[in-house]
Amino acid sequence: MGKARVGFFDFTSCEGCQIELTNYGDKEFLELLNHIEIVEFREAMSETSDHLDIAFIEGSFSREEDRNRLENIRGRSNVVISYGACATTGGINALKNHQKDYKEYVYGEDANMPHLDSQQVMPIADAIKVDYSVHGCPMDKTEFLDIVSHLLHGKMPVIPNHPVCMECKLNETICRYEEGDHCLGVVARAGCNAKCPADGIPCEACRGFIDSPNEEALTSLLINRAGFSQKRAEEKSRIFSANCREDVR
Amino acid sequence: MKKDINIDVHHLTRVEGHGNIRVNIKDSKIEECTWQVPESPRFFEAMIRGRHYSEVARITSRICGICSIGHTLASVKATESALGITITSQTKKLRTLLKHAENFDSHILHIYFLVAPDLFEAPSVFPLIPTHGEVVKRALRLKRLGHEWGSMIGGRTTHPTTVIPGGFSKLPTIQELKDLRDKIVAAVPDLEATLETIISVADKIPVFENPTEYLAVSSDNEYGLYEGDIQSIMPDGTKRKYKVEDYRSVTNEWVSPNSTAKYCKNQMDSYFAGALARMNNNFEMLHPKAKQVADILGFKIPCFNSYMNTVAQLIEVVHSAYEGLRIVDELLNSGITEEGLVPPSKFSKGVSAIEVPRGILFHEYEYDNEGMCIGGNAVIPTNQNHANIQKDFDKLVPELFEQGKTEDEMKLALEMLVRAYDPCISCSTHYLDVEFV
Repeated sequence: MGKARVGFFDFTSCEGCQIELTNYGDKEFLELLNHIEIVEFREAMSETSDHLDIAFIEGSFSREEDRNRLENIRGRSNVVISYGACATTGGINALKNHQKDYKEYVYGEDANMPHLDSQQVMPIADAIKVDYSVHGCPMDKTEFLDIVSHLLHGKMPVIPNHPVCMECKLNETICRYEEGDHCLGVVARAGCNAKCPADGIPCEACRGFIDSPNEEALTSLLINRAGFSQKRAEEKSRIFSANCREDVR
Repeated sequence: MKKDINIDVHHLTRVEGHGNIRVNIKDSKIEECTWQVPESPRFFEAMIRGRHYSEVARITSRICGICSIGHTLASVKATESALGITITSQTKKLRTLLKHAENFDSHILHIYFLVAPDLFEAPSVFPLIPTHGEVVKRALRLKRLGHEWGSMIGGRTTHPTTVIPGGFSKLPTIQELKDLRDKIVAAVPDLEATLETIISVADKIPVFENPTEYLAVSSDNEYGLYEGDIQSIMPDGTKRKYKVEDYRSVTNEWVSPNSTAKYCKNQMDSYFAGALARMNNNFEMLHPKAKQVADILGFKIPCFNSYMNTVAQLIEVVHSAYEGLRIVDELLNSGITEEGLVPPSKFSKGVSAIEVPRGILFHEYEYDNEGMCIGGNAVIPTNQNHANIQKDFDKLVPELFEQGKTEDEMKLALEMLVRAYDPCISCSTHYLDVEFV
């Protein structure tokens, strides 16, 4: 079998997930290149390609004008993988979705200039069919390799659907609530090996929610265990998971 | 003979984010020559409203994936100023060490992955693997070092976890610091080889001069990165200092119809931010090893060639490696003390300025009595450079035309110019900026 022809594409994002790709070091990265041929990657190279085995898409769908570009990518790719929270859930960009005045707030009297237009921020899957997702902000570069490896071997990658709490227990990380903090790990999709709680900060659910999150229980947990106000508890999960919330779904 | 030139670079490659170059010369008359920024806006300032002070840096870090350490540090520093938090000397050392990791990491990425292909006349780094395998391996090794260095202090390099208002949520161990020391020392041959590689292609760096104003953080204690005031140096060498609190009257942002990012100007119509601006302002404060490298490269201040920003970055890579070693040794000597977070003593407004790889970065926040964010502002290096890129275009295009350059040669020269600035366009639009209301 020849090498898989892959392309990397970026939409509304910080492009941090593609930066993660440069962090493998020489051995892992060059080994990866023994199995894939990168034929399109604007941030790294000038060439483009007509046909792709795998398209990796980073960033959110935030402007109607981007739909054509997305459909074009879908049309010339066998498999489309969204990677990073912006692409898989809308991520942090969706944090302003519930606000009405964000444009005026940021650009003031210039807010009506047409090039500043922006719509509700959505995941890539809102515009085109997406086959697999690599969650997280940033994505986990080890999980990325794992998913690519599965596909190259003709296997279905397994995307975790259990909460981050499970990973903390396995790691024997002391619960953030026991430390007087708060955490979204109870409803957050795992797969990151619960790095944030291990580093002493709360899980912010950057990988979105598990499939059936109990959001009501989360709110009461934030109020009763972390001492949040009702308002703060209700707003908390918008940071990375605005599009996963019941009030949006 | 009258000549027509038409350059339309849509979404310039090998830069962070999306930018366009348009040049239209008809009958030898320049009708258009513009640098455009069409990146989609992201409205970060709107996002932080109503967020707790402990969450704000986690949000604003996401302005940029390449300089997320810088955004996190600037954000936390501004929040600490607003909250009346004075950090410990250990925290300051660790943050400075983390800042060096980011500059090292980001500069290596820029020099090797984004600029080097132009110097080796390749469209990207990938075709260089069979022809210059050792150079590519070295690039990946150095990039990995920057990543491991930053991750050891910050938890990770893309959106660090451990940097929080009042200190760190997790400290490195003595063993980790020793390992880091070994890794930096082991990288010295790679750094020396990098220097040789750049010298071997130095004649590909275009000769061009466009004297402008250069703006950077400046301090009596260090080559301004984490601490200091704002300093500007004019083409005639006149230096002027400004307080960080006065950043709005120094940056003077305005909205251009060519850009979703804002533009800036101070004493002149545009100014330069980044490694070249730091060199022109603070060269004397460089580590002696970095000065040696500047000497070998023939780099002298004042330098008015924007293309030389990449060379200035290489000198800074050496500076960060040796300063990093010095700070690690200080920490190994003093030991690491488990310290609690310094708590807030007030809730008000605060500003910060730090140097990130692409130049001076400002963050500002205001908090209510519950510690919730009322508003914020960030002025990003790339925004501060957009106007200067345009000014360079205005001078360079007629010069290239006079020299009889072809359309392709002109296009490459303009692309290389923009890349030299190492623009971070995600940063510059993805964010924001807002007045306090």
